[in-house]
Amino acid sequence: MSTDSQAPKALRGVGNFIDDRFHLAKTGEKNLRKVFPNHWSFMLGEIALYSFIILLVTGVFLTLWFKPSMQEIVYDGPYERLNGVLMSEAYASTLHIDFGVRGGFLVRQIHHWAALIFVASLVVHMLRVFFTGAFRKPREINWLIGVGIFTLAMIEGLFGYSLPDDLPSGMGVRILQGVMLALPLVGTYVSMFLFGGEFPGEDIISRLYMLHILLIPGILLALIAAHFMILWHQKHTQYPGTGRTNKKVVGTPMFPGFAVKAGGFFFFVFAVTVGLSAFVQINPIHLFGPFTPTSITSGLQPDWYMGFMEGSLRIFPNWLDFQIFGYAVPIGVLVPGLVVPGLIFGGLGAWPFIERWITGDHRAHNVADRPRNAPVRTGVGVAGIVFYGLLWLAGSNDILSHTFSISLYWTTYFFRVAVIVGPIIGFIVAKRICLGLQRRDRETLEHGYESGTIQQLPSGEFIEVHKESSADTVHVLESKEEVDRIDAETISSIEAATDANGVEAPAARGLKGRLRAKLAHWYTKDNVSFEGVEAHTGHHLHHGAAEEKEPAQTH
Amino acid sequence: MTDNNDTNASGASGGPDDRVIGTPSSAEGETIVSGADEPRREHAGPYPAEETHKHSEEEQRRAEKTAAVWFLIAFLAGIGFFVAYFAWGPNAEGEQAIADPQIAQYSNMALGGTLALALFGIGAGMTVWARRIMPHYEVSSPYDELPSSPEEKGSFSEFFMKSADESGFTKRPLLRRTLLLSMVPLGLAPIVLLRDTGPLPGDKLKKTLWEDGTRMVVEGTNQLIKASDLAEDGSMVTAFPEYPHNEEHPHGLSLNDQAKTVIMLIKIPEGDFKPGMSEQQMNWTHDGIIAYSKICTHVGCPAALYERGSHRILCPCHQSTFDATDGAKVVFGPAHRPLPQLPIGVDDEGYLIAKGDFSSAVGPTFWDAEKGD
Repeated sequence: MSTDSQAPKALRGVGNFIDDRFHLAKTGEKNLRKVFPNHWSFMLGEIALYSFIILLVTGVFLTLWFKPSMQEIVYDGPYERLNGVLMSEAYASTLHIDFGVRGGFLVRQIHHWAALIFVASLVVHMLRVFFTGAFRKPREINWLIGVGIFTLAMIEGLFGYSLPDDLPSGMGVRILQGVMLALPLVGTYVSMFLFGGEFPGEDIISRLYMLHILLIPGILLALIAAHFMILWHQKHTQYPGTGRTNKKVVGTPMFPGFAVKAGGFFFFVFAVTVGLSAFVQINPIHLFGPFTPTSITSGLQPDWYMGFMEGSLRIFPNWLDFQIFGYAVPIGVLVPGLVVPGLIFGGLGAWPFIERWITGDHRAHNVADRPRNAPVRTGVGVAGIVFYGLLWLAGSNDILSHTFSISLYWTTYFFRVAVIVGPIIGFIVAKRICLGLQRRDRETLEHGYESGTIQQLPSGEFIEVHKESSADTVHVLESKEEVDRIDAETISSIEAATDANGVEAPAARGLKGRLRAKLAHWYTKDNVSFEGVEAHTGHHLHHGAAEEKEPAQTH
Repeated sequence: MTDNNDTNASGASGGPDDRVIGTPSSAEGETIVSGADEPRREHAGPYPAEETHKHSEEEQRRAEKTAAVWFLIAFLAGIGFFVAYFAWGPNAEGEQAIADPQIAQYSNMALGGTLALALFGIGAGMTVWARRIMPHYEVSSPYDELPSSPEEKGSFSEFFMKSADESGFTKRPLLRRTLLLSMVPLGLAPIVLLRDTGPLPGDKLKKTLWEDGTRMVVEGTNQLIKASDLAEDGSMVTAFPEYPHNEEHPHGLSLNDQAKTVIMLIKIPEGDFKPGMSEQQMNWTHDGIIAYSKICTHVGCPAALYERGSHRILCPCHQSTFDATDGAKVVFGPAHRPLPQLPIGVDDEGYLIAKGDFSSAVGPTFWDAEKGD
């Protein structure tokens, strides 16, 4: 670790060559010193990035053999069981990748597994960002980019799933086309133009191929690059702790610590993906057979991230379908196909702005919230998870029905009720748990933590000795920001201070103002106030501390 | 909160020896971060940070060996990957080729297993390196002040507006408006250019190959169907219109036509038809045999599951359920329209034939699906 070791000559040569042309020494050093805060949850986004890299590399390999053609051929190839079967060239070339190219099967499995992991890590990463309030100012734009990446990743995955033209993948395209047809007025046109005619036509695979390997990955790549540039520029959020403030970020420097750790983590992610691909086979298209529009098997399941769409299509009833002048408006397809994803993605995108509008919090935040300290947000997030999760489960109601021997129709009835009741219960429970945790935090902050030691006082009373929390814990506990209860009166009183005539404040007037006041009240009414709570001033501690003859410390 | 922390930090560190009570000393391996107002202890590295976890030389040496073992494992696994690659050939000439699904599986496991191990070894070695050789410390750096200073903003805005005025864009509306106007057609061009991606729908979605007199064949075997083939109550056959297999149509019926014309022929026992069936619907049956489109009216999956006992047709995708004895009305699930019925009869030779096209548009419900029926 000596500081006087010289860079090797070759490296200096390269460095000087570059610096002579770009003047990068200062910028380079600044970026090598970039600080990355440490927390396991910051690795979720990394998993997403690494899976994306794996997807790009394996995808390029697959394009060497895949033929995006719907030309019908009679199969005569290495996979003998399907010899003589009529199939598209796309399906035949996928069989060739599996059984005619060494490592082709493996790479296809890696590609598929990486896609599943990519979307999964995106979701968990987004949840982390949501629950810790890391989307707040100044990071709203990066949050929106993230929502865009998530949406595109799903579409990208669906299109990729469709390319091999096996039975389930073709059925996915069929469902997509069915939802398109339901669009009022333009549905048949959209479908005709996308498919180059009627379903399935002869164009859809090559068009999806272009979207899957060029357009969408290109946009994804651009968005991911933007995501990282913004992250780089604004720096990471960090969790509360000693020395971590809204003005100062604390963590491991890019070089060498973070670079080596992140490098190692990349190899771990890759290793797990490859391990799964080697030993846990998914999407065995050779067993499914080629697509025909007239065949189907029961128990068909899409890739996991499309499950919520499948579920909402399954449970949404047909009661609301109507006709207008004889024209059909199939609400039972439109709502699950468009409104539900619209709500989920639109809600995600709008939330930072809704929350800011409600709370009136226009400050910049670099220290992440602990989820418990934002009980309403956490409740809303949990409600969202429950909603999504129930839809996702409803997407396998036939499997649930079969596995647990429940009537298929009853699973549907259950999910119809549960997707409405479940999120409400989830909201209430999560919020209550948050408030309970806040109370415990206040208790711990004031009285120290329970040491587990029971003492008998001279008076005969038994007490449990409370010990002082570490400074770091105190910092974390004290990170809860004071929440001012906002209601219509608060808003009025702020305004009224400048309004001597006592006229109702403009901010609380009008429909929008009233709505905002109501929401603000709802958002802030339940709060465990930490006001006036000083660390380690509670009587429990003094009991214990006095007995142990430790000086009671407060600061 | 920010203020709190700052006060605490400055309040607690009056001097170098004044540790915050409750925090472990730096020797215990806990991270302490230097702040502007905190004393800095010497750190050999290039950072103004407190080195809190430097490993002893002996520990580093042991870790080096561990990491080296992992890297060697990775190297050997990498070699193993090549061995696995060349162990099983791609063509069927040799005895052990990946064309055999069983061999393909072995090959997949061998290739994947060695590759996974190689990657894992590198990851593990790097982790050992990062955790047990490199010193662990945290450093801090300030977040940027985000809004620019009023002077910077003012200067920017002044320069921008001055330059905009200089360009004449603000002062010369004719220039501005005609420029914007000129963009409109070009902006629309990409949309117009998509016109030839497909034909206009017209009434294509409402018409199928079925017409009066078309005979029907069994899906898969292409055998013509007679009414007597469906003599048994509750029997069900999936059928297509008869279609020539010739040079022009080497594969017979196209997938497009299959998707629209496929029907289920179901023999309903006498007296099982519901009274709700109209006279016309009954006329479209033949001797208890009724024909429905197999394509679900929800989003187009084949409604392929027919339950003999209840005469219900179930789509396995989204579980729309249709009653075959009641004009395929929806009895459960998300579909709204009944399955279209195909009028059938028999010709002189006793073969089942269509007596026209479907009663309504086949497949997923679209905007004008029910218009003009």
